Amino acid sequence: MPTMTTRRSLLAGAAGVLAAPNIAPAQEAPGVTANEVRIGSTNALSGPVSSYSVISRALSGMFKRLNDEGGVNGRKVNFLVYDDGYAPPKTLEQTRRLVEQDRVAFLFNQLGTPTNSAIHRYVNQRKVPHLFLATGADKWSNPKEYPWTMGWQPSYRTEAQIYAKHFTAEKPNARVALLYQNDDFGKDYVNGLRDVLGPRFDSAVRAVSHEATDPTIDSQIVSLAATGAEVLVCGITPRFAAQAIRRVHDIGWKPMFFMTNVSISGSVVMQPAGAEKGIGVITSDYRKDQGDPAWADDPGMNEWREFMRKYVPDGELGDNNYTYAYGAGTTMIHVLRQCGNDLSRENVMRQASNISALEAPTLLPGIKVGTSPTNFSPIRQMQLQRWDGRSWQRFGSIIEGAQV
Amino acid sequence: MSATEDVPATPVLVQEAARPALPAWQLGAILALGAAVALVPMFALESFQLFQLTMAVIMALAVLGLNVVTGYNGQISLGHGAFYAVGAYCTAVLMSHGDWSFWATLPVSAAVCAGLGFLVGFPALRLGGLYLALTTFSLAVAVPQILKHKAIEDWTGGVQGLFLVKPDPPSWLPLNADQWMYLVALIVSAALFFLAWNLIRSRIGRALMAIRDNPTAAEAMGMDIASLKTRAFAVSAMITGVAGSLGAVAIEFVAPDSFTFAVSISLFVGMVVGGVASILGSIFGGLFVLFVPNLAEEISKAAPGVIYGAILIGFLFVLPDGFAGLLRRLAARWRR
Repeated sequence: MPTMTTRRSLLAGAAGVLAAPNIAPAQEAPGVTANEVRIGSTNALSGPVSSYSVISRALSGMFKRLNDEGGVNGRKVNFLVYDDGYAPPKTLEQTRRLVEQDRVAFLFNQLGTPTNSAIHRYVNQRKVPHLFLATGADKWSNPKEYPWTMGWQPSYRTEAQIYAKHFTAEKPNARVALLYQNDDFGKDYVNGLRDVLGPRFDSAVRAVSHEATDPTIDSQIVSLAATGAEVLVCGITPRFAAQAIRRVHDIGWKPMFFMTNVSISGSVVMQPAGAEKGIGVITSDYRKDQGDPAWADDPGMNEWREFMRKYVPDGELGDNNYTYAYGAGTTMIHVLRQCGNDLSRENVMRQASNISALEAPTLLPGIKVGTSPTNFSPIRQMQLQRWDGRSWQRFGSIIEGAQV
Repeated sequence: MSATEDVPATPVLVQEAARPALPAWQLGAILALGAAVALVPMFALESFQLFQLTMAVIMALAVLGLNVVTGYNGQISLGHGAFYAVGAYCTAVLMSHGDWSFWATLPVSAAVCAGLGFLVGFPALRLGGLYLALTTFSLAVAVPQILKHKAIEDWTGGVQGLFLVKPDPPSWLPLNADQWMYLVALIVSAALFFLAWNLIRSRIGRALMAIRDNPTAAEAMGMDIASLKTRAFAVSAMITGVAGSLGAVAIEFVAPDSFTFAVSISLFVGMVVGGVASILGSIFGGLFVLFVPNLAEEISKAAPGVIYGAILIGFLFVLPDGFAGLLRRLAARWRR
């Protein structure tokens, strides 16, 4: 160790003398050599949620394509993905292996809320960039306390803000019913509505929660309907979403009905609820959907389909995890390019928090990925869509979450 | 150690008579060698590998707990992950809400887990074999959900979990946090391994095994089966619970998702692979469940689970009585 410190300080000293700040950090940065940059990630390659592992496959494909085209600044990307089986202790172990043994330059798109929570403090203590995580929790956007961690997709809280902006524009004084699952996912919806309604929240909103273990949510729906609210917002998981849509229809309640975009799958939610019963339900998205005929000849989606054909040939195009991964990968590669020759951890983080209005091929037109040193929520915009009995139809313009 | 290796082959009385044959200096030498082998990695390994080894030691301790009740007493438990979780949460809650020091939480965690194990021991009296396995399994499935429950959310942190901090090395020791954590895990585990070894060699240990092998005969000899079985569960839960406490500070984070029923299955795998009813085998079991999944992943990223399964089947095929069985056979050959 002592010799290394000496060598490093010598190098830094030499760099200072030569006044070549662009070269020295590049040589010194962990995980970076003249022709390689090492990036680490974890995902559930095994276990109950291993369906998300397609994200890592798509990202590996994107880096392979990048390397085939010559890499970034002459450096190839070496993307290491380890399995954590969605178990937080394993995530810490694998992350420590990436940082301490493989000496990756930084971490990218690790999957899951509990798993990333387990390493949140570790990566911030070691000052390793922890970028564009595959989770919708709101807590990743906290540059003051955790300046090395950043999410990517719109958080559930941003989503709730967008719904609140829409219904306050349409029905300014509406009474609102809110049904949410009693965990951090559900509570983000409470926070999102509060962000927009402000002091009016307590008088206007009647919020009811349920446990993930409850057999049904019928009684919650009935008690919310009894308030006569004109707006209903649901932050609940798919099984309960199907119940809620059916129940609201059956008791003849006709609120302006917002459903979290976690629970909008045709086969898992809308069909079991009854496709007819869900007509008029509103949700949101930020990605282009492969099934939407509007994107049949879209250049962005064609670029993505071409990529899928070449690099993930057996991938199921209808799985929107692939369009997600393409968006996140595009953002990462953009940051790598923006870093220039300086891939030190400080500069990677600086560039990641200075993305201006990036458009990604698989994101809806008008949605821009943007960050600043005080805004660690790269995507803050979405478009609403309404169920017409067969599919989701986009309507209205892009809406941006509230500034809080 | 010798109890596990010799009991199947020689009657207990003969073995007791033969024990003084091992001179004190030999026993001392073996212990010193063991301590040296355990301490070398502290200085030879890098931080990350030391962290892995720390986790392996902790898993070994948890497997030892399971071995006491399942291996030595014959009560199958598929729910020891629950005790591991409760131990972890005891330490986490006391450290993050009460600002307790880690050491102070250990007795509390041990007492709570022992109490819980004692209670679980009662239904176990009426349920044997597969029925007991299912009952304990349901415990392992229930605990993560109970930890999320609203009523105790203020304490457990709900799904968000709790953060805690590793104990700092004392200032007079020139160790970093990872080295100290390894030493802490090693000291606590060594103490409990020693206690378990003593227990198994004692009158009570022989009674536990007698109950496992032939309960009717054991009862006829005047053993109080109900009391011994429930106490075996208590001791077992206590050991696994203390392992949970160590695991919580080593990871510095607890959440319900950290303690799914997969933990219980891992412990069971560790016990079988290491050797049922073997103290030394528990150590190997801990190393196995920590390192072999990583090995499987090195071989195939696409289907690590399949490779792990194949390695496991291969292991059971080559070493049907676990790693401890291999040692026993080698020792027998050497003596001849």
